[in-house]
Amino acid sequence: MKAFYKSPLSRITDRKLLFAILFALSLGFIANSIASAQGPTPTDDDVNRIAKQLYCPVCESTPLDVCPTEACRQWRDLIRTMLTQGKSEAEIKQYFVEQYGARVLAEPPNRLVAYLVPAVAILLGALLLFRGFQMWMKPSLTESSAVDSEREAKPSQDPYVARLEEELKKRK
Amino acid sequence: MTESSVAAPRRGVPIWVQIIIWVFLVGLLAIVALGLKRAQQGTVQPGQVIKNFTLPLYSGYDLGGKSEIQLQDLRGKVVVINFWASWCKPCEQEAAEMQQAWTEYEPTGKVVFLGVDYVDTEPQARVYLKKFGINYTNGPDLATRISQYFRIKGVPETYFVDQDGVLQYVQIGPFTSIDQIRAQIDPLLK
Repeated sequence: MKAFYKSPLSRITDRKLLFAILFALSLGFIANSIASAQGPTPTDDDVNRIAKQLYCPVCESTPLDVCPTEACRQWRDLIRTMLTQGKSEAEIKQYFVEQYGARVLAEPPNRLVAYLVPAVAILLGALLLFRGFQMWMKPSLTESSAVDSEREAKPSQDPYVARLEEELKKRK
Repeated sequence: MTESSVAAPRRGVPIWVQIIIWVFLVGLLAIVALGLKRAQQGTVQPGQVIKNFTLPLYSGYDLGGKSEIQLQDLRGKVVVINFWASWCKPCEQEAAEMQQAWTEYEPTGKVVFLGVDYVDTEPQARVYLKKFGINYTNGPDLATRISQYFRIKGVPETYFVDQDGVLQYVQIGPFTSIDQIRAQIDPLLK
């Protein structure tokens, strides 16, 4: 039986090959991990999806996605950079709030309170005003009609007025 | 007693309704008045004591190794507070003069320059600072708290605060020469 024998040269070549494979695998792993940390390149639509939810304090009433100023362009670039870094929409918005204040948000952070409180206040105010006017109007109407009927029922006590009313009746 | 007087209807509005309506109306008027007053006020005026604020500093632009600075720590020194932004073209007109003035006054140890970066992004701010060779203390106006306190109308604006923390002069718009800056600082040092 012939023994399997490898020459020292072939052993060195095998080791080199193994090292090369391991090296290539490590490089591939590192490259892959870097790529996954960076995330895909964001499109303009990705940037604008977040930008339209923000307002730059310098250009009030203009959403960031359509704002033409240099400041807004820089903000959009920053959003793009953060998306490339793999930051989520919530993280980016939070960063902008920390840096520039909550007023940069198109919608208030606590939506329920922000929309509910004014609506309730307006409804309550309207109800109070309605009730108020109702109470103001009712007594005066009732009072005036009561006075009129009282006048009709009761003949005047003043002799001059009584005579005048009598004369008027005759002329009718 | 007549029948009509017996069945007399209730007169007026209950007092609690009146109170609520008046409180509501007065509150509304107060909010409108405060808003109008604030809009007409303009920037903080000379003679006012400037309240303390904290300015976080860009790394490399700190003061004595501190990563943030409080105005009250600078009592005893003249403080020049300059609001600027990298996107602001008029700011570029005065950038060189501001740096030159800082170079002049820094050795005295009696004057501090604070650059407050308004609504800016740090990478662009750093490009701007490097471009104009600015090396005095600088940092971002986080959440625009400082600019809101000063009620700035735009950038650049520069505020000169004396050794007692009292605002002495407000420059709206850029300086066009270093003499204009000297003219504000020198009298405060006498």
